[in-house]
Amino acid sequence: MSIFGNKKYILTRRLDDYFIGVHNAYTFTARFFKEVFRKPFHWREVVNQFFEVGLKSLALISLTGFIVGIVFTKQSRPSLEDFGATSWLPSLIGIAIIKALGPLVTALICAGKVGSSIGAELASMRVTEQIDAMEVSAINPFKYLVVSRVVATTLAIPILALYCSFVSLYGSYVNVHAEETSSMVSFYQNAFKTISFLDIATAVIKTVVYGFTIGIVGCYKGYNATQGTRGVGKAANQAVVLAMFLIFIEEVIIVQISNWLRYF
Amino acid sequence: MEKLKQHIIDKEETVISITGLYKSFDELEVLKGIDFTLFKGENIAVLGKSGTGKSVLIKIIVGLLKPDRGEVIVLGQEVAKLKGKALDALRLRIGFSFQNSALYDGMNVYQNLAFPLTMNFQNLTKKQVLYAVEEVLESVGLKDKLKQMPSDLSGGQRKRIGIARTLILKPEIMLYDEPTSGLDPITSAEIIDLINEVQEQYNTSSVIITHDLTCAKNTGNRIAMMFEGKFLKTGTFNEVFDTDDEQLKGFYNYNFIQ
Repeated sequence: MSIFGNKKYILTRRLDDYFIGVHNAYTFTARFFKEVFRKPFHWREVVNQFFEVGLKSLALISLTGFIVGIVFTKQSRPSLEDFGATSWLPSLIGIAIIKALGPLVTALICAGKVGSSIGAELASMRVTEQIDAMEVSAINPFKYLVVSRVVATTLAIPILALYCSFVSLYGSYVNVHAEETSSMVSFYQNAFKTISFLDIATAVIKTVVYGFTIGIVGCYKGYNATQGTRGVGKAANQAVVLAMFLIFIEEVIIVQISNWLRYF
Repeated sequence: MEKLKQHIIDKEETVISITGLYKSFDELEVLKGIDFTLFKGENIAVLGKSGTGKSVLIKIIVGLLKPDRGEVIVLGQEVAKLKGKALDALRLRIGFSFQNSALYDGMNVYQNLAFPLTMNFQNLTKKQVLYAVEEVLESVGLKDKLKQMPSDLSGGQRKRIGIARTLILKPEIMLYDEPTSGLDPITSAEIIDLINEVQEQYNTSSVIITHDLTCAKNTGNRIAMMFEGKFLKTGTFNEVFDTDDEQLKGFYNYNFIQ
């Protein structure tokens, strides 16, 4: 085969792989929606996974959220001071954190922590034939492993994001309070003054979408892992990279849609 | 090592019947026309080198892989045509012991054994589950390992627990994938004894996939010698290896030297 013929073969093979991958991801997601409403419901496993996702991420979310609040306040203050508008600081922080930073920071942390852990766990179960063992015992591994994890991330991440936003606002308050004496109640009142119901609803919807994305991507990459132990690392890595990429795309789309909704 | 006992083999009742089975992965043709019958109460050992398609064969029997061509009838049902609940019902009648045991490493021994039971029979009480777990653990000789994690067990113990996990569902057919691979000769002999005890105690019919002649000789009522996706010869151990065929002699001698 000529060098061009070989390159053409590689290109067509890669295109084939790409479209097969898209089709498989679509089928996997469609199967989730088919199975999620079907009996039996493994509530205990959902609760286990919910605590696995939620509780074990709490410390990291608290620390990151608190620091984001402090840093964002520290960096915003000089610009507002130039315009003599430091009294707008709580409102500015409120908008930034509740609408954008809280959900996004939570999603990115969970994509790294939860997504990689789901990807690696399912991939290692796949390569050590534990998933096959479930199947031959007449247990639906998709329902037990995938559905429970995706439901858990979809429910846990919005709660974590709300918590992250409050901790960030508290971090911001601590910084504001260090510079000028102000009460926490008035700080929170000012922070929420410019926040509408649509902003809160958008933030919650966003985090539900992020949670679903993190869960389904982690499960998809782990469940379909190949190549032995090398595949475990690859699945964990791809779960994080793909989930983060999709989260940014979803962020743009949801913000655009919510901006359109403002005109109605 | 306990000698293979002469079990009552009912040649009137076929539990697995395979005709003209073909299976490929991309361009690699793994099974090239397998014909095979397993009778009730019989143990058949499928011997062959690694990569000849032995494990693929039992994965097709249990419905983990789909055949490209051919008919696989297990307990009177064509596996490839079964889906959902019908396939699950058939799988409950088949036990599959994996090469690396495939124990759930997040669960302890009790949870590993109770899991298939509680997932399939949700109305069982905790007491009934514990009784069933203790019963199978006793039959594999590991009653004291109830609370241990799989990572704390030796290779032989993991194999035993893997077998116990399949026995808890009281299967009619047992499929063993390389039951003695990676084990020392003494532990291998214990596993061979266990396979024979299982056949006797649970009255199962079994397919034992192995490349170990000792295991095949001591567990199989019949031996099926597989070579490059086909059965070269089927019969008793002596019938298969009392031959001038170079490939069979080569396999026998290699195992003997080992």
